[in-house]
Amino acid sequence: MAKKKVILSFPPRLIQEPVTNVLIRQFDLQITILRAQVRPRERGRMVVEMIGEKQNFDAAFKYLDEKGVQVDPVVQEMRYMPEKCVHCTACVAVCPTHALSVDPQTRELCFEPSKCIICESCIPACSYQAIESQF
Amino acid sequence: MIRTIEEINARIKSGKVVVATAEEVVGLVREKGAAQAAKEVDVVTTGTFGPMCSSAAYINFRQSTPKIKCGGGRVTIDGVRGYAGFAAADVLIGCSALPDDDPRNAVYPGLFQFGGAHVIQKLVEGKKVKLEVRAYGTDCYPRREYTVELGLEDLNDAVLFDPRNAYQLYNVAVNLGEKTAYTYMGVLKPRLGNANFSTAGALSPLLNDPKLRTIGIGTRIFLAGAEGYVVWPGTQHVAKPQRDAKDLPLSPSATLALMGDLKQMDARYMRAASVTGYGVSLSVGLGVPIPVLDEQVMVHCAVADEDITYPIIDYGEAYPMGRSGNLGRVSMAELMSGHIEIDGKTVPTGCTTSRVYSRRIADELRQRILRGEFLLTRPVAALPGAELAY
Ligand code: SF4
Ligand code: SF4
Repeated sequence: MAKKKVILSFPPRLIQEPVTNVLIRQFDLQITILRAQVRPRERGRMVVEMIGEKQNFDAAFKYLDEKGVQVDPVVQEMRYMPEKCVHCTACVAVCPTHALSVDPQTRELCFEPSKCIICESCIPACSYQAIESQF
Repeated sequence: MIRTIEEINARIKSGKVVVATAEEVVGLVREKGAAQAAKEVDVVTTGTFGPMCSSAAYINFRQSTPKIKCGGGRVTIDGVRGYAGFAAADVLIGCSALPDDDPRNAVYPGLFQFGGAHVIQKLVEGKKVKLEVRAYGTDCYPRREYTVELGLEDLNDAVLFDPRNAYQLYNVAVNLGEKTAYTYMGVLKPRLGNANFSTAGALSPLLNDPKLRTIGIGTRIFLAGAEGYVVWPGTQHVAKPQRDAKDLPLSPSATLALMGDLKQMDARYMRAASVTGYGVSLSVGLGVPIPVLDEQVMVHCAVADEDITYPIIDYGEAYPMGRSGNLGRVSMAELMSGHIEIDGKTVPTGCTTSRVYSRRIADELRQRILRGEFLLTRPVAALPGAELAY
């Protein structure tokens, strides 16, 4: 089993299509939608976590490519701005994945984008607007 | 007594003074003992940086022509209501004040993006703010409306005034309830989802002088980059708290009222805070120097994160309903490890006081003392419940 976190971008003509359904039924993937956003006349964007067999991933990505859905790995949807951060660490306790942690020596905040699931729990926890969602 | 305040100041002036931060003396005392450490170190510096909701600034603006009397009228600064119950040109702006049209918690949880703290921060950053005055007009102050853009340099006076600051010990906040609580201690997730604390621990000013033997009215301090003073006991000051064997209080106790010249402050040590669902607050950097007058001062300064314990309080129901209810005690060292145990559950911890900034402040104060720029003062009076060592 493999797990991947990707951003799917749909052109306007594809927004009505049940793409995630196809991914689940036809390619036997377990799909968790972490974020979704559709604006009229614009492309839709979705952050999904996909769990499944390697060969099914390959087939699914081929299907998405043929459909015209752009697939990007999640790099950094949350933007952390160190210049605004005071390193209070209030955000750390609400982060479910340890994407936010404290360096035990320096007591500085560390952000590891690869662990982030874009749940946005940290946004209300920060009083200094040092973390923003770019989604 | 090992040394007097006069001797310390003479050593500062001659460049011979030895200064250590409150974190550094922990190791020093462990290694050499308090008696030896007290002989070696003249001054210990402390620091803290976190939201101090009880912060305000008062300003005196230059008169317009014709003159206007704001006292009894209405004043806003960048839309935030100031207090205009004084004379002609004095205005007080509290850090938690909000513009009249802020939705507050009507859109729950409110974002509180701009308030008095942001006005104070803008002034310290050298930016202009818009002052609007409405007055009723008198023979000597005939003008009724006055709108002006001004910065710190345009003001006759600008003073930071904190009626309550530097809490000696504070609660650890958790939420036993079923829904998220948005509090001044941060976002508390339901069912013991997280535990938040607000203290600089071993660096905290009043935990390094728990019986207030050296800190009193008139003590010169580092306040957001300026020289400030302890001017009075803070509000809610508890004179005779219960203490543990190391003289540390067992519940929130001593507090300080502080003042300093806003014009001398540095934006690096001050930050407006928008506390989700709660309101606007101002994080203020405070550093207090502790003169090592005798060995007992050093014994107290050697307080370590392992020694300090805090009460755990439920902010879901017990705190808002004013019920007492202590869920146990936990040490600073445990809090800093990232999680604590409450009722057999592992709870992740977060802090609202920045240790990084607290260290920076204690170190900056040390540098100023070493450079001969900051002399120590003997308090003119003890705080309630305290006996000075001088
Ligand atoms: S968005 Fe969620 S997972 Fe990502 S850093 Fe914030 S709290 Fe952690
Ligand atoms: S809550 Fe904000 S300021 Fe505090 S450590 Fe996290 S990102 Fe930095």
